Amino acid sequence: MHDDVLIDDERPVDPDRRAELMLGALVCVVVGLVLAMFVFVLHEAWPSFAHNGLHWFGTGGNVDNQIDAIYTSGDNATRAVYTFHAWPLIWSTILIVGGAVILALVCSLFVAVFIVEFAPGWMRAVLGPVVRLLAMVPSVVYGLIGVLVLVPFINNNLISEHAKASVTPIITLDGYSLLAAVVILAVMIAPLMIAIFVDGIRAVPRGWLEGSLALGVNPWRTIWKVGVRTARPALIAGTVLATARGIGEAVMLSMISGSVGFAPNPADGLVFIYEPSRPIAATIIDNIDQLTSPPMRHTLYALGAVLLFSAAMLSFAGWAAKQPLRRYGVLA
Amino acid sequence: MTSTQAVAAPPLPPAAPRRHESSASWRLTDRLGLAFAWFLGVLFCAITAAIVLYLFVQGIRYLRPSLLVTNPTAGFSENQTGGFFDPLMDTVVIAVMSMAIAVPLGVAIAVWLSEFGRPAALARVVESTVEMLAGTPSILLALFGTLLFEAPWLGFLSRTSGTVVFGRSFFAAAAMLSLLALPLVVTSVREGLQAIPSHVREASYAVGKTKATTTRRVLLPAARPSVMTGSMLGLGRVIGDTAIVVLLLGNTVTNDPSGSAPILSLLRGTGSTLTSYVYYNAPTGDGDQPGKAYAAAFVLLLLVLALNLGVDIVGRRGRDLRWSS
Repeated sequence: MHDDVLIDDERPVDPDRRAELMLGALVCVVVGLVLAMFVFVLHEAWPSFAHNGLHWFGTGGNVDNQIDAIYTSGDNATRAVYTFHAWPLIWSTILIVGGAVILALVCSLFVAVFIVEFAPGWMRAVLGPVVRLLAMVPSVVYGLIGVLVLVPFINNNLISEHAKASVTPIITLDGYSLLAAVVILAVMIAPLMIAIFVDGIRAVPRGWLEGSLALGVNPWRTIWKVGVRTARPALIAGTVLATARGIGEAVMLSMISGSVGFAPNPADGLVFIYEPSRPIAATIIDNIDQLTSPPMRHTLYALGAVLLFSAAMLSFAGWAAKQPLRRYGVLA
Repeated sequence: MTSTQAVAAPPLPPAAPRRHESSASWRLTDRLGLAFAWFLGVLFCAITAAIVLYLFVQGIRYLRPSLLVTNPTAGFSENQTGGFFDPLMDTVVIAVMSMAIAVPLGVAIAVWLSEFGRPAALARVVESTVEMLAGTPSILLALFGTLLFEAPWLGFLSRTSGTVVFGRSFFAAAAMLSLLALPLVVTSVREGLQAIPSHVREASYAVGKTKATTTRRVLLPAARPSVMTGSMLGLGRVIGDTAIVVLLLGNTVTNDPSGSAPILSLLRGTGSTLTSYVYYNAPTGDGDQPGKAYAAAFVLLLLVLALNLGVDIVGRRGRDLRWSS
């Protein structure tokens, strides 16, 4: 800072210095905006957490009834209700995103290996644009196809009457299910993974692979044992990005997941993949009209704060996972 | 197979490093793995083809030219609910507005990161901020935008009644959507700038140009393909996003201007884009007109296909302009 003043006094302002300061200021504004996002959202969310404590994350009662009670309590100024136990929503998020990420991870690894090493030229020429197109299709289009094609298909062909009868007292099965959500979400996030995986595996030094081949290891083994292993940072980066996208996906999941505050129960047997639920992000967008009620507003921002915290933790975990690998000079 | 190779065996030129050797000698598990990889690759293409073809068929079935020029109206059947002229126009307006923010801002951040980047600690913070922003769910940006634009001092950007700021307008939606596109622009431009060899910069310094001039006159023109690629990828995310539009554009079916100034009133008002129109007209939405939703989704898919083609063309042109090292 003192330097600036001295320079200003002695000679006309250096254009480089001016450009650097202007760009630097702009950059600081963006960083400040992201910081402000954390502060604003957490501040708005605080009353909901403060009233519930750690029970916020626990089970108890019907979450949809709680949401109704919170919303209607915004009208009378006397007493706001905050009681909220979000476990069904959290559990639904874990099941849907976890299932989709595992499914997409396995498929993406095979497809990425295939594109890099084994696909014939014409196939590679087709797969590249296909992956990019799938990544660019808007999520609402996936949702529409899910609602109008996959959900009726599951309802008519996969769920037997017996299965429906077995859970009738608790929940109705109509095709809006974990299975539909997982499948569509996996199709949505797989292209993100594939694009990053392919870049990572391509960046593996050719000599390392050739060395393995020279020892007589076949190409399939070579690409898995040398290529994929070396590209681990890229695998982590791709998985983290895809998980973040899955956790934050609101619109498509609110259309397909069934939008019922119900925790699918694995104890029901295989039927549980046909049970409806509603993840956190979908809950926010489903109840967005209720922002006008102050206690509901705090509750919705609390849900948002959980999403923000998860996204930040994922980002941090991705960074931390890459650190030990940096030592070996792997920069994929 | 092997015997004919053993007889013919002309030595392959070293310029073709790809091995198309038979997998017959591999272990069974490895061969099964390769078959599975083939299967998944073909399945991937099949899924894409199915989605595109299905939407084309439905789009041709439901899309009428009149839909593109009439506005949505309230009604109970497909005949009564009108078209989607306003959502289509609003998509264009929103896309232009948010790219007008995201591209200059993204280029500025990329230039700072790649050409200046001092102090190093700040550069690291900025890098992780951009990475963080790429992983931030759009619904959170929407929630944050609601808080930001309901602030009284930003009231001039949206509808106000008394002291209450409505906080939903084209300005609010475009500002938050630009944050969504920002990481894609920054990453792409930064890669483009870093791919320019240092001797190009040094040549410019050697003829007495300042760093600022070098950036403006030499580096940015050279990085133009990556700016284009980044913008188009960002644009893809902007027109494909629904959460921010539903929250911050107000999700009124037709445009609902606020105030009397000709263009400003529109931009301060609320509206809807193609994505929120599809969301509204899906069986799970309030409109429930699947035919209209299919028609709008088809138009949306056409836009995305055009963008995808654009990325391809720019990418190819960028490849022609590779630096000889």
